Amino acid sequence: MRSVMFRFHVCAGEIFELKAELNSDKKEKKKEAVKKVIASMTVGKDVSALFPDVVNCMQTDNLELKKLVYLYLMNYAKSQPDMAIMAVNTFVKDCEDPNPLIRALAVRTMGCIRVDKITEYLCEPLRKCLKDEDPYVRKTAAVCVAKLHDINAQLVEDQGFLDTLKDLISDSNPMVVANAVAALSEIAESHPNSNLLDLNPQSINKLLTALNECTEWGQIFILDCLANYTPRDDRESQSICERVTPRLSHANSAVVLSAVKVLMKFMEMLPKDLDYYGTLLKKLAPPLVTLLSAEPELQYVALRNINLIVQKRPEILKHEMKVFFVKYNDPIYVKLEKLDIMIRLASQANIAQVLAELKEYATEVDVDFVRKAVRAIGRCAIKVEQSAERCVSTLLDLIQTKVNYVVQEAIVVIKDIFRKYPNKYESVIATLCENLDSLDEPEARAAMIWIVGEYAERIDNADELLESFLEGFHDESTQVQLQLLTAIVKLFLKKPTETQELVQQVLSLATQDSDNPDLRDRGYIYWRLLSTDPVAAKEVVLAEKPLISEETDLIEPTLLEELICHIGTLASVYHKPPSAFVEGSRGVMHKRLPAQGTECPDVGNAAGGSAPEAAPSIIPSQGDLLGDLLNLDLPAVLLPLFNTNCSSYGILYPQVWLPAMKAKGLEISGTFARRAGVIQMELVLTNKAMSVMTDFAIQFNRNSFGLAPAGPLQVLTPLGPNQTIEVSLPLSTVGPVMKMDPLNNLQRQVFLATWKDIPNDNESQFQIQDCHLNSASNKLQGSNIFTIAKRTVEGQDMLYMSIKLSNGIWVLAELKVQAGNPNYTISLKCRAPEVSQCVFQCYEAVLKN
Amino acid sequence: MIGGLFIYNHKGEVLISRVYRDDIGRNAVDAFRVNVIHARQQVRSPVTNIARTSFFHVKRSNIWLAAVTKQNVNAAMVFEFLYKMCDVMTAYFGKISEENIKNNFVLIYELLDEILDFGYPQNSETGALKTFITQTGIKSQSKEEQSQITSQVTGQIGWRREGIKYRRNELFLDVLESVNLLMSPQGQVLSAHVSGRVVMKSYLSGMPECKFGMNDKIVIDKQGKGGEGATGQSIAIDDCTFHQCVRLSKFDAERSISFIPPDGECELMRYRTTKDIILPFRVIPLVREVGRTKLEVKVVIKSNFKPSLLAQKIEVRIPTPLNTSGVQVICMKGKAKYKASENAIVWKIKRMAGMKESQISAEIELLPTNDKKKWARPPISMNFEVPFAPSGLKVRYLKVFEPKLNYSDHDVIKWVRYIGRSGIYETRC
Repeated sequence: MRSVMFRFHVCAGEIFELKAELNSDKKEKKKEAVKKVIASMTVGKDVSALFPDVVNCMQTDNLELKKLVYLYLMNYAKSQPDMAIMAVNTFVKDCEDPNPLIRALAVRTMGCIRVDKITEYLCEPLRKCLKDEDPYVRKTAAVCVAKLHDINAQLVEDQGFLDTLKDLISDSNPMVVANAVAALSEIAESHPNSNLLDLNPQSINKLLTALNECTEWGQIFILDCLANYTPRDDRESQSICERVTPRLSHANSAVVLSAVKVLMKFMEMLPKDLDYYGTLLKKLAPPLVTLLSAEPELQYVALRNINLIVQKRPEILKHEMKVFFVKYNDPIYVKLEKLDIMIRLASQANIAQVLAELKEYATEVDVDFVRKAVRAIGRCAIKVEQSAERCVSTLLDLIQTKVNYVVQEAIVVIKDIFRKYPNKYESVIATLCENLDSLDEPEARAAMIWIVGEYAERIDNADELLESFLEGFHDESTQVQLQLLTAIVKLFLKKPTETQELVQQVLSLATQDSDNPDLRDRGYIYWRLLSTDPVAAKEVVLAEKPLISEETDLIEPTLLEELICHIGTLASVYHKPPSAFVEGSRGVMHKRLPAQGTECPDVGNAAGGSAPEAAPSIIPSQGDLLGDLLNLDLPAVLLPLFNTNCSSYGILYPQVWLPAMKAKGLEISGTFARRAGVIQMELVLTNKAMSVMTDFAIQFNRNSFGLAPAGPLQVLTPLGPNQTIEVSLPLSTVGPVMKMDPLNNLQRQVFLATWKDIPNDNESQFQIQDCHLNSASNKLQGSNIFTIAKRTVEGQDMLYMSIKLSNGIWVLAELKVQAGNPNYTISLKCRAPEVSQCVFQCYEAVLKN
Repeated sequence: MIGGLFIYNHKGEVLISRVYRDDIGRNAVDAFRVNVIHARQQVRSPVTNIARTSFFHVKRSNIWLAAVTKQNVNAAMVFEFLYKMCDVMTAYFGKISEENIKNNFVLIYELLDEILDFGYPQNSETGALKTFITQTGIKSQSKEEQSQITSQVTGQIGWRREGIKYRRNELFLDVLESVNLLMSPQGQVLSAHVSGRVVMKSYLSGMPECKFGMNDKIVIDKQGKGGEGATGQSIAIDDCTFHQCVRLSKFDAERSISFIPPDGECELMRYRTTKDIILPFRVIPLVREVGRTKLEVKVVIKSNFKPSLLAQKIEVRIPTPLNTSGVQVICMKGKAKYKASENAIVWKIKRMAGMKESQISAEIELLPTNDKKKWARPPISMNFEVPFAPSGLKVRYLKVFEPKLNYSDHDVIKWVRYIGRSGIYETRC
């Protein structure tokens, strides 16, 4: 507040002067004064006090002065809506001016004044301008519709501007068409389900014709719009591709990238054995390479996109490795991206060259770049088996340089190489051990400790090495502590005689002196394993490890497909779906590639920008893999459990409980069934990710049925990509029960009212025989069946009870118990009489159990 | 689309700020200053996301241009637009400097209003813009003139106006190539490519139809039909891109380059070749470490083109370690100097004919350091200019047709010039 006041005081004199100048009679002086006002506005000074004086200058035939005043208006109209009305007359008059430049200027500026009252006055002039004889005015008016829509969408619809805008797509002037397309695309984004763009073969044809004639920017708008279209069949797709390919030779990189987007998308629909498919693939490579000779910022955008294209269709650029070699003067952001693509393109054919390059990069200055280069060498080793040996020796050379971060990075990747090729390169361990002291980063330390533990039997002084780490155990990061604990246990299992003391020491450090629960738990597990069954311990700790997969950091296929639809845009630069960085509903529509094989009506409907799925689906970058299974709507599915006899209800068809999007590519669907009297959870696990999944386990949250797994989840084989496996998990109901006391008991009055409310037809009566109980009501209460009232009539105890099934069905019961008679009578009343049989069986089970 | 456009000086003060969209507030101006211009480390990406707002920036000398958006815009388009914006400004007032921007801020606002509408780029061809954005105030335009302007700005041939007349119809073609090379110390070519540009300066009357022909392998093979060894002179072009005046669909179908050129200068095409490149110079380095405090460097350069041609402005840059204390240089030709501020020995030769050889040797004294890190040995780089096209590209013809005016192809005076320059021409040592 104070600073604002202060600034105002400073300006007060200045503003007074400007005011005088603005009201001067001399035109030149006026103009100079407006210029000064604009200059102050630019640096952020508040000159809104001059509003009336500036608006007074609007009535002029000097175009330059007029433009300046308009600029001022656009900035301040919102803060002074009442004053802004003063300007309306001039605008309306200007829209009738004989000079098309002035007409366009007026309509353009009016759209930028975001004041509700003004928009009303805007409608008539805008309607005229949309039909103006001059194309310059029409192209400006087309954009103005989008502006107006941004301020007041309803008004635009009511006034029928959308239809006029659609008509402009058939305009004779290519630039009008381009702007109309841009405006419609933007409006369509905020109405994902309207069929605004209404793309059909005829309108596509018009767009393709305009494409040849309009400016570079117009071509971009049109291509981006085309990318939303889904052709009906492969022939249409091919003919569009043929007409888009010439754009690949455009000087403007954005035109090229947008054309690439259209081609990449439509290619999905072409049969792979088609000649044209091959031709198209060949045509795509050169323009992509050419993008790399653009300015560095564009190179960066291009490289981020090429990274996606290489993952989607590696065949396009597989022979172009050399162009991704890093130049000494490339900006760092270009270097890092090139490196990424080099690794993706590395293959047996070019690995020698790649390695030579990477070795060169490892001696550069930029630390991030060098680290990435070293890591890249390791990834090459894992990716191209034939090169592994050369990679390892390169890494050893790098370790000899003794540059601290190079050594650490090399050790981290060598660990991975050991995992990929066990029993092959262990001869290098000695060299690694020499560098033990220089490691100061947790990741490198952990990697080194893992190596020592894993190969303890081959390292003579393994115990000494590990002991040296143990000294500062509590100062290490968790990663290192965990690794150290495991490594020492491994060592102990391999050389039990010499290392007993060491293992004692680490176990007590981990369990007694640490407050990290993970570490403590792991410590205790080892401790108990070792003390109860050393053989089992050996089997657990020294178990054979699964091989690590080749490609790491690939983008999930579903996300990749979406990003391919966004080539050239920010989403492709960030490698994130638009919903991750765009606010509100605009532009977060989920896009996907068309399916091959075609003529699928569903896909056809998805055209025109209508979203196939309402909710944006994103794979969260991190988070719980399984989400929370029991937060899903299990109970609704659980109903058939009450049925002892499967056939009368059948097994519910498996539902998707956890979509792949939410669980890093693991899709779980399932249902519950009772087979041979045992409740079974039948699961269908599908791996939609790129890598193999192993080590499945399941845990149940506390639930109202006390459901818990009766045995471990039996998924023995690893689940490969795109594989599906069906498992059935036996369940018991002895797990912890989540009680929901207040939920189930009804108020007396409510009970009475409900009882009356339910038609008598729904009542069914059952007999429960041979029941010897003292207090039925207590027993039932334990199973969530609540007694609401009790009365005694003629020696008979009448218990009124209520049950609520977790899918919201109320069951009211009247239980008649006669003293001394083991046979009870039960009447059940319920709005859904089909459950009565089940409920009766439950009663029987509960009471007799 | 683009939500706003800001121009800053090197201190981060705003020189120009134009907001197109309501979702961009004044705070965006400050966010970019604080997070990018004033950031301590080097800028790691030309696209920055700050609080869900994306900033695209380019730098020209010490001026920052930043485009801001909150939507998923076409990123390539934004950068292309920023470059175009720089071109337009340069065409209007010369170098992009703080002073020029401050002096022309009214003009810049006017341009920004015209070439960007609601964040959508509009016609940004300087030729067209200059017809109606002038800083001379209002010109009394006749109705015909006005409609001519608007039809040009929106029309199919937005880059040329009608009714241009010259007494002498003349055109100049410059084939400008830059040769890029990365060579291993053993003389193996790691990568080499030529990126070339054909720049055309035309002073032609009316609306001339032009057709450009060069020794493109695909075209020659098609015409030659196995005759007369024409293939020897043709070159394989990896890829080419054209000025927007060239009819791309015609190129795609027939591989012929036809267009109506803009008046004055334009970059007709860009191309890239990687096969059969004539490397004008070969650099042979020899670096020997003598103990820990001395380096011996010997570099030989060989020119590899016709003896009758002369290369110019030759400069060889030999990097030296950071701990260099002194350098002694001996060279046979030209001048060589150790430049401590650039950590390099710079050897300059004014002229050198083809098929010659020259040599430099240097002794570099080093200060002893305890720095464990080895010297990275940056590559030896080279600059030069040669009067031929290293890709082998030859202009075969440029035909001009103007059906309405009575001048024929023969009356046009045509000039062709070839210049080959070094791009990134490096040899590792």
